[in-house]
Amino acid sequence: MQRIGVFVCWCGSNIAGTVDVQAVSDALKNEPGVVFSTNYQYMCSQAGQDIIKQAIAEHKLTGIVVCSCSPRMHEATFRKTAAAAGLNPYMVEIANIREQCSWVHKDMATGTEKAIILGKAAVAKVNLNAPLTPGESPVTKRALVIGGGIAGIQTALDIAEAGFPVDIVEKKPTIGGKMAQLDKTFPTLDCAACILTPKMVDVAQNENIRIFSYSEIEEVGGFVGNFKVKIRKKARYVKEDICTGCGICTEKCPQKKVPNEFNMGMDNRRAVYIPFAQAVPKVATIDPNYCTMLKTGKCGICSKVCTAGAIDYTQKDEIIEENYGAIVAATGFNPISMDKFDEYAYNQSKDVITSLEFERLTNAAGPTAGKLLRPSDGKHPHTIVFVQCVGSRCAACAEKGKEYCSKICCMYTAKHAMLTRDKYPDTEVYVFYIDVRTPGKAFDEFYRRAVEEYGVHYIKGMVGKVFPEGDKLMVRASDLLANKQLNIQADLVVLAAAIEPDKSARSIATMLTASMDTNDFFTEAHPKLRPVESPTAGVFLSGTCQGPKDIPETVSQASAAAAKVIGLLAKDKLTGNPCVAQPNELMCNGCSSCERVCPYGAITYIDKEFRMPDRTTAIRRIATVNEAVCQGCGACTVACPSGAMDLKGFASAQIIAEVDAICK
Amino acid sequence: MQINNEFKPKIVAFCCNWCSYAGADLAGNNRLAYPENVKIIKVPCSCRVNPIFILRAFQRGADGVIICGCHPGDCHYTSGNYYTRRRMALLFSMLNYLGIEKERIRLEWVSAAEGAKFAATMNDFTSAVAALGENKRLEDLRCKK
Repeated sequence: MQRIGVFVCWCGSNIAGTVDVQAVSDALKNEPGVVFSTNYQYMCSQAGQDIIKQAIAEHKLTGIVVCSCSPRMHEATFRKTAAAAGLNPYMVEIANIREQCSWVHKDMATGTEKAIILGKAAVAKVNLNAPLTPGESPVTKRALVIGGGIAGIQTALDIAEAGFPVDIVEKKPTIGGKMAQLDKTFPTLDCAACILTPKMVDVAQNENIRIFSYSEIEEVGGFVGNFKVKIRKKARYVKEDICTGCGICTEKCPQKKVPNEFNMGMDNRRAVYIPFAQAVPKVATIDPNYCTMLKTGKCGICSKVCTAGAIDYTQKDEIIEENYGAIVAATGFNPISMDKFDEYAYNQSKDVITSLEFERLTNAAGPTAGKLLRPSDGKHPHTIVFVQCVGSRCAACAEKGKEYCSKICCMYTAKHAMLTRDKYPDTEVYVFYIDVRTPGKAFDEFYRRAVEEYGVHYIKGMVGKVFPEGDKLMVRASDLLANKQLNIQADLVVLAAAIEPDKSARSIATMLTASMDTNDFFTEAHPKLRPVESPTAGVFLSGTCQGPKDIPETVSQASAAAAKVIGLLAKDKLTGNPCVAQPNELMCNGCSSCERVCPYGAITYIDKEFRMPDRTTAIRRIATVNEAVCQGCGACTVACPSGAMDLKGFASAQIIAEVDAICK
Repeated sequence: MQINNEFKPKIVAFCCNWCSYAGADLAGNNRLAYPENVKIIKVPCSCRVNPIFILRAFQRGADGVIICGCHPGDCHYTSGNYYTRRRMALLFSMLNYLGIEKERIRLEWVSAAEGAKFAATMNDFTSAVAALGENKRLEDLRCKK
């Protein structure tokens, strides 16, 4: 028989406000096995934990039930408390009477009644708990960073700085990500390339960092400390170690009509290309969709002009297998497609562009060498209209836009408007906004400067329609503060398109078994207290894959993720989850049902000798579980036809005891 | 159908640790009320829910049982909820054969971000079960002693 102690937490008034904590601790006193029951204001505080420790020693408790907040919050805390008092940490059960009781029920009587039942269920379970000891597994001291934008770069540099090897996997031919495409960065107006490219060079030169560019994640297996990852290194048809990046092939290639994705398709590149001058690695890549040689077998000019002899048309995709202790997702974002926003005439006029296209237009390395010219006729625009929140904060148009705020648009639009007025004072600039949101260090001052010093016309209201009229664009909008309709003849319209997670994020999340929210942003283990960890152990989050962020925030989060990775890799051994499957050897008949449903391949079969009642021996095939591989989902427990498989910590008898307690 | 306001159905909710239990916590964080009839049992994955647990609940007098897991494709254990979906399809059809109203048992996908969906589902399920009245068909009266 267990000797159980019950500890009911008030959580200040969070629980005590709707649950009569005294009544709960009194009611649970009479439950089977309970020898001690008390309540206290804050069980998680030092004083509260001392009460638990003291009770364990004084009453020789063999199990405890804490009626408190969600186990997701403080289960680990109370397990540590128990362990400190010499009790096996898996003899602790939590009755969640805050999130699932006091916070969702308003009435004291019903709240108390429910809390008592939840407490009884936990007591019934703990009566059947058994001490568990987690297994240990070694940690592979190497980290994987998926994505080579500023988030991935910063994370990799910080991990490498601590002395651990890091691999960056980037699907594009170069690292750098979106930041490499930007012109200047708010609120200080440093040039993006000037602050980013030195970091890219640092990555290339750091001996702890390997870059797998033009590569994608193919498969992820294993678990925290021991991930096994297959990386597909796509054929770039150029030998990376031989190519010097001289660029002669990119000048001589006769296939000149390939839309240049780095310049948002506003000019063309060749079929063999280096995305931009400061690319890392600076190696050419042949685009198999456009290369005449690869498509028809006739051409081969790049191979002839390459003095290094780096071109290899027979190159094949290569699969690299590597083990990692930790994985960081830094998969980044993209602006959403403007195809569904017909009202802004994006597909009708070349002079309606997105902000990222505007960024390329003003970039000295962009298609116009930094001169602000209209894409349609190359003339200087004299009236520019910026439209904010295109697809952001769009609850009513969820089928084409996003409900959330994209967070960065207010600031980059202010930057665009300011830079335009600075370079071309003869240009009239209008910004249409719903709200201007500038929370950030020196952000509001920046926006005020755009309005006050640079004379940008900020108009509260939405643009209803944009349509081409002659060589101009007619912008119909409302000015909500003046309560009037506006018609503006513009030369250029810039849409602040909402941002969304990169399309590859979902498949990567599936491979990592990391969870995502409804918008395909990775979810964090705790929105406030564990913002850079995924709920999946060993998977960390960096940058905009977790939610919209500007560069300063991305860099802080990237470094935070690196700190978490370093903390993990610094350990030699990890304690595993002891709640794993356990077969009953006497009941198992070796039918393979459990092996077939196990997603981890944790179950194998062995032939074991059994002594029979008549003193003969018989060899039977039985299941065994590899405890280091088993993740404890319990799929096998239900699949087993003879009921031989059980899950430690969530045993059938324990769950049935909870069911009984609830239904009593 | 006349809804009996006095009748408070007993409802057992099995929630997977990674999505639905977190969804229930989020409903709590956002103070989204749902009936106190709903009592949650945490399981690591919805695929841990043995049909026996559900039958046991009905035997012991539960009026409704709901199983909540991660959305298809989002299972923390990759494929657990697919097993659940198949198993529950079989169980539901067996319960149907036994004459148990199909509204008494439900399988629902609730993600960790769907606190509002959790509360709405529980409100909806509870009123559906309440409308049916007591579960008399499967309850084992010998257990009431």
